[in-house]
Amino acid sequence: MGNDDTPLLELRGVHRHFGNIRALTGVDLRVHARRVTCVLGDNGAGKSTLIKILSGLYAPTAGEYLVDGEHVALTSPRQALDRGIATVYQDLALVPLMPVWRNFFLGSELRRGRGPLSMLDVARMRSIADTELRKMGIDLPDIDASVGHLSGGQRQVVAIARAIYFGARVLILDEPTAALGVKQSGVVLKYVNAAREAGLGVVFITHNPHHAHLVGDHFTVLKLGAVELDEPRENLSPEALTHHMAGGAELDALQHELQGGTAPPVEPLHDEPRSQG
Amino acid sequence: MGSTVAPKVPPAAEGGEKTLRVGRRGPLRRFLTRPEVGSLLGAVVVFAVFFTIAEPFRTGSAMATILYAGSTIGIMAVGVALLMIGGEFDLSAGVAVITSALTASMFAWWFSLNVWVGALFALAISLAVGFLNGWILTRTRLPSFLVTLSMFLMLQGINIAVTRLVTGGVSTRDISDMDGFESARAVFASTFSLGGVSVRVTVLWWLLFVALATWVLVRTRVGNWIYAVGGDAESARAVGVPVARVKIGLFMTVGFFAWFSGMHLLFAFNTVQSGEGVGNELLYIMAAVVGGCLLTGGYGTVIGAAIGAFIYGMTRQGIVYAGWDNNLVMFFVGAMLLAAVVINGWVRTQANRR
Repeated sequence: MGNDDTPLLELRGVHRHFGNIRALTGVDLRVHARRVTCVLGDNGAGKSTLIKILSGLYAPTAGEYLVDGEHVALTSPRQALDRGIATVYQDLALVPLMPVWRNFFLGSELRRGRGPLSMLDVARMRSIADTELRKMGIDLPDIDASVGHLSGGQRQVVAIARAIYFGARVLILDEPTAALGVKQSGVVLKYVNAAREAGLGVVFITHNPHHAHLVGDHFTVLKLGAVELDEPRENLSPEALTHHMAGGAELDALQHELQGGTAPPVEPLHDEPRSQG
Repeated sequence: MGSTVAPKVPPAAEGGEKTLRVGRRGPLRRFLTRPEVGSLLGAVVVFAVFFTIAEPFRTGSAMATILYAGSTIGIMAVGVALLMIGGEFDLSAGVAVITSALTASMFAWWFSLNVWVGALFALAISLAVGFLNGWILTRTRLPSFLVTLSMFLMLQGINIAVTRLVTGGVSTRDISDMDGFESARAVFASTFSLGGVSVRVTVLWWLLFVALATWVLVRTRVGNWIYAVGGDAESARAVGVPVARVKIGLFMTVGFFAWFSGMHLLFAFNTVQSGEGVGNELLYIMAAVVGGCLLTGGYGTVIGAAIGAFIYGMTRQGIVYAGWDNNLVMFFVGAMLLAAVVINGWVRTQANRR
């Protein structure tokens, strides 16, 4: 794998405006097979807008979007899916009250027979769902358990396994570890890794630099809609990444001010308690 | 290039498995998590109570009468339960039955047609009412409570007003001497003998509809979609389920069953009272909820709704057989509903514990 391969996805100088709000300005992004591209950024940095452009929900105001080196103008998530670009959103698009295997095939059910008498091929769907989940290393002895009974991490993995099974070449993960505890996050990160090993290009959107550094091959940090940092893993230590995420240069200046004694005088926030006595 | 990740963990690493396990439940647990379990226990209790206290309750003909009472609610409850699993309910279902019966009767009578023509016209009207409910709901995104409440009030008014206009009274003319009446009665309202006990044909239709609807729910793609749109419409939409079409189809299914129930009324009694049907919509909902359907959708079975309707039939007839005041029927049905909802909820949380 090398950088000279044609990227699966590429954004070149993408702008996206909403009225006079500039959500993204001049963003470049490349997603390669067998690589995890991490997109980091604080709230409001433009991560969501970026996902929506990649997944075909929004069209860029300006700039180019290339899939396999060809220009595309996606107008719906369906078109992105047809090109193998699958997005796993935070809400996961799972139905909690339904069993795992029914969720796995929801919207793409396998059937036997034709016409009005065609029936669900339950046996095949159950065994495929089971096999696919095992392939991802997740072993649910009860494939009939409803998704509502799974942990947050397990749900995430079911959604990822589903996307991979239905032909995803590029997997876009929207903050998959945001609502999870430490252990559950670890579970999800393992499957991000498994997806890469399976040959997919992964876009991992997060605001957690520690999670990103564990699995990422390339890091793009967004700030106020622009790319602030764009480095491969080998050029970046976890500390440097955390530093960038935490505010980078601004934080340096702040630290300098605080330690250098040049900070402006600060009024006490409350009156001294003595004033009562 | 050194892009390998230092803390890489192979996916199937030991230790990870344990945290992923969902304990397998035993067969009893599995059975207890079924939605209709509460209603099944309820049915056994109600049966035992009336069997003990009311002697006439123990005969075969009493059971036939109970099944008939159950079927009058139960056939509609099939459609209402499907709709409820799909996340909506239909307050217009009670008067829609009467609308259908009135339409068939008056259309055939006014134009002096074969009653089957009237029945077909009524079917079209019933499906149209269902379509309208679903279409308005999906277009406006209003809650089904408001949409179908409006439809309920409108149909109620139209039923009486149009009947008065056509016949000059509050009920339709007797159509028993019209062409096609006998064959229509055979289909919708006949009686047959089973082991010396005369059984109404609606009982058979009821069983058939329950079996068919259960097959659709469990074994077809549409059934999968019904559970999905009721469980989480947004998720269903995101994976490509045609949510609006499923919901409209469900309202039209209720329309079909309203038509069938209306045809039974018409051909069993020859005339239709235009002001009837009000309040029955809540009995259908009662049957579905007693049977384990969640008001919020995405959960339940048609078999449960059938058991709910059967409990209604037992209560309705059991109180008569026990010689109690007939007015107590509704009291007991209400108490049953309350108990069923509480017990269903309790059983669900208990059985789902790991």
